[in-house]
Amino acid sequence: MKTYSKGDTLSNVLTTRVSRVKFGIMSPDEIRKMSVTTVVTTDVYDNDGLPIDGGVMDKRMGAIEPGETCPICGNTRDSCPGHFGHIELAKPVVHVSFVKHILVYLKTTCESCGRIKIPEEERQEYLKLLRDLEELGLIYLKKRLHEYIRRKAASTAACPHCGAPSKKIKLEKPYSFYVQTETELRRLTPSEIRERLEKISDEDVALLGGDPRDARPEWMVLTVLPVPPRTARPSITLETGIRSEDDLTHKLVDIVRVNNRLKEHVESGAPRAIIEEEWELLQYHVATYIDNEVSGIPVARHRSGKVLKGIAQRLKGKEGRFRGDLRGKRVDFSARTVISPDPSLGVNEVGVPEDIAKILTIPERVTPWNIEFLRKLVLNGPEKWPGANYVTRPDGRKISLKYVDRKAVAESLEPGFIVERHILDGDIALFNRQPSLHRISVMAHVVRVLPYKTLRLNPLVCPPYNADFDGDEMNLHIPQSEEARAEARLLMLVEKHILTPRYGGPVIGGLQDYISGAYLLTVKSTILTKEKAATLLATTGYKGDLPEPAILKPNEYWTGKQLVSLFLPRDFNYKRNSKLGSASALRCIDEDCPHDSLVIIKKGVLLEGVLDKASIGREEPESLVHWLIKDYGEDFGRYFMDSVYKMFVRTCEMHGFTMSYDHLIVSKDARLSIDKLIGEELKEAEELIQLYREGKLTPRPGKTLEESLEDEIIDTLSKKLLDKVAEVITQYFKLSNPVVIMARTGARGNPVNLTQMSGLLGQQTVRGKRLVRGYQGRMLPHFKPGDIGAEARGFIKSGFVDGLDPLELFFHAAAGREGLIDTAVRTSQSGYMQRRLINALQDLRVFYDGTVRTASGEIVQLLYGEDGVDPMKSDHGKAVNVDRVIEKFLG
Amino acid sequence: MREEINILEHELVPRHEVVPPREALELLRKLGIEPWQLPWISADDPVVKAIGAKPGDIIRIIRKSPTAGEFVAYRYVVVEVTKKS
Repeated sequence: MKTYSKGDTLSNVLTTRVSRVKFGIMSPDEIRKMSVTTVVTTDVYDNDGLPIDGGVMDKRMGAIEPGETCPICGNTRDSCPGHFGHIELAKPVVHVSFVKHILVYLKTTCESCGRIKIPEEERQEYLKLLRDLEELGLIYLKKRLHEYIRRKAASTAACPHCGAPSKKIKLEKPYSFYVQTETELRRLTPSEIRERLEKISDEDVALLGGDPRDARPEWMVLTVLPVPPRTARPSITLETGIRSEDDLTHKLVDIVRVNNRLKEHVESGAPRAIIEEEWELLQYHVATYIDNEVSGIPVARHRSGKVLKGIAQRLKGKEGRFRGDLRGKRVDFSARTVISPDPSLGVNEVGVPEDIAKILTIPERVTPWNIEFLRKLVLNGPEKWPGANYVTRPDGRKISLKYVDRKAVAESLEPGFIVERHILDGDIALFNRQPSLHRISVMAHVVRVLPYKTLRLNPLVCPPYNADFDGDEMNLHIPQSEEARAEARLLMLVEKHILTPRYGGPVIGGLQDYISGAYLLTVKSTILTKEKAATLLATTGYKGDLPEPAILKPNEYWTGKQLVSLFLPRDFNYKRNSKLGSASALRCIDEDCPHDSLVIIKKGVLLEGVLDKASIGREEPESLVHWLIKDYGEDFGRYFMDSVYKMFVRTCEMHGFTMSYDHLIVSKDARLSIDKLIGEELKEAEELIQLYREGKLTPRPGKTLEESLEDEIIDTLSKKLLDKVAEVITQYFKLSNPVVIMARTGARGNPVNLTQMSGLLGQQTVRGKRLVRGYQGRMLPHFKPGDIGAEARGFIKSGFVDGLDPLELFFHAAAGREGLIDTAVRTSQSGYMQRRLINALQDLRVFYDGTVRTASGEIVQLLYGEDGVDPMKSDHGKAVNVDRVIEKFLG
Repeated sequence: MREEINILEHELVPRHEVVPPREALELLRKLGIEPWQLPWISADDPVVKAIGAKPGDIIRIIRKSPTAGEFVAYRYVVVEVTKKS
């Protein structure tokens, strides 16, 4: 055996290669040669239940029973490969999978002389051309030449060699061939077809794209049927002792029965009609044996009505031999169930149901230090949770704890034994959700065994898995070796993936309630009583003292900022605008600002500013969490998310954060001014249409007059109008409104959604155009043909609060459907692109000298990314962020 | 009359130069590779013809990079790009 050393690349490890694989058709001689027996009788077993010689389950076709030795190769069941048998067909039948090829051969060759219907001179020319193309390796051109020759030969009216007129050949699916003459339509029997195919010369076969050596055309008509080995069609013995045979065996019995009957008829000289009937039946059985899904003939069924599986059905499709078995991968020590959220878990934990924990095991070697512990587990056995399922003794004997005296086994436990114990709290597990597009689609979590039946995860880790809880299922795998567990802990644990190599920012971070809660906690107006402050800190597991209260009289009060500061490192400095400050009205330029939207942390104290999406959110590079993780490590990042973030949700719960219909209603005069704005813009649109009608509209560069009008109207009715309405509405929405809090802090929704709810939806579009499709000249029959006014083409003047009228609802649904179609198309396209990219890039590796090379050592890049920077460890793409360094040390 | 254009002067064409054999050997030794393991460039490539490189030569390309400012890449001049050794 060859051993491999470190410096080996793929090209010098592989010593022999499969250069090519070629498929052909088996000749009758070949089939007979490999056959070990002829199947002649329909009887399968004798009275003692033993297989009959010459039956379809003949012993010579391989040993499948335990203890049986094969009469051919002398092996037992485990090592006998199985042997083919054969059936001599009384009359030939067409192979259904080759009918198309047979048709081509029949059409392109002469009926009487069997030669290709192309003049000799031309034929020689083509032969030479074919040889040349072969030599040059131009396979695509070769294919096209074959196609050309075929078409040419098929369209010739009379044979250029013998002058016989060509008759039209018709294929009636799935396997009947007819010759069309002036007077009648005559059916060709398989024997006739075979005779004609035999006459075609080897050279002509090659010209037509065939292979005369490995696929002679006449072999497409079967005279001998191979019978697959018994291993390929094992019989199942039920508990009741009744033997149930494989579908293929049933089918083979049918074929033998009909074949024998046909043979009898032929030998006794029965009338032609009877012979032909039996022949047709044989053809049907052989066809459905090969493929039971051919259209045009009824599918073959069991007596019970169940559809039989043909050979093609075994191979075809997603669950066929190729995609389902050969390329399928399956593992042990894994679990799958529905997932549900549990914010009280740590971000790197996974809640495992007890029922699952009792099945998944870890092999643990007995040592003097864990022997007492493992004895207890063995005593508990497989049924009681912290238990064990198997014990392996040093001599390799494996004892199932289900059926033995566990007390005795526990007593006999000694160092060197291996106990397969249940998974326990603190064990490591790999957690995965499909589609696994990412490396963060599989991460290692620490096990927490919990009651109930779902796998549980902290909602903060939903984004990397792209998981939600509307019925999603996820998989859990338990690494079995010490190396695998070490690798999982060191490389795959959740906290190692908070920062992503995609852009260097955190992928895991606060969302929704976490952000609302962070705002509510850190906003200036929040003051907490001792009780509340203690409650909040209790959720984090904080063990220290309460800080000095910010307000002493008349009562002691603490601020939320004080509580957050407890968890910040003493030497941490940070200064950045919050998401709140991205709205111009709330922006803070310097420290001296009433809006409190500039987050300032000095020496680990949150002095000013509210925390929101820009500070604690996910996918926010250069944010508070990002710098905390960069400066104090992933472990601190995890601790921060396990403590402070819990406080945020708790705040949200204590506050009773909610939104209602009332929060979206604007005052009467606001509604009036909105309606006035809508009226103005509608009038403007009307004027544009008027201008267009008069021909006075100036077209935009590169657009027709109609396109310009459409663009102008869309601009007026959606962008401009919505902005104006938003301006009016924001005056009525203050930060005391929970909807506004969510929109402004980035927890959920945005200011545009606000206008859509309280104001109006505006112009609806499909593919960037106003809604036009439907009836001739109008979208719905409620409008006059040719009406191009705003209302007729999908303008919605109401918001969700007031409700849409029926026409508006229809418009909205039309535009909404476009979004759905886009996502459906995008996912399939990006999925396929992803697959191709992965296939192309999967073997590339960054070597120690910084070069990127393929498996065979070819250089792709001399320095990874041309700058050698790992984006995960870089400062948002740059190697050093000087501003941040200054801020970090000078505050 | 057709105007002769020197493609090397175009602003989108980075600097190409033939690496002298001595330097090329040094480079291959440093990377620990055979010449064919470098990325290939066809001898028919307009730039290769413009700088007069021949099959078997190694070309140095010095180009601007959005991530690294300036980046040096190498190409191995071959006759037929599609056939791997």
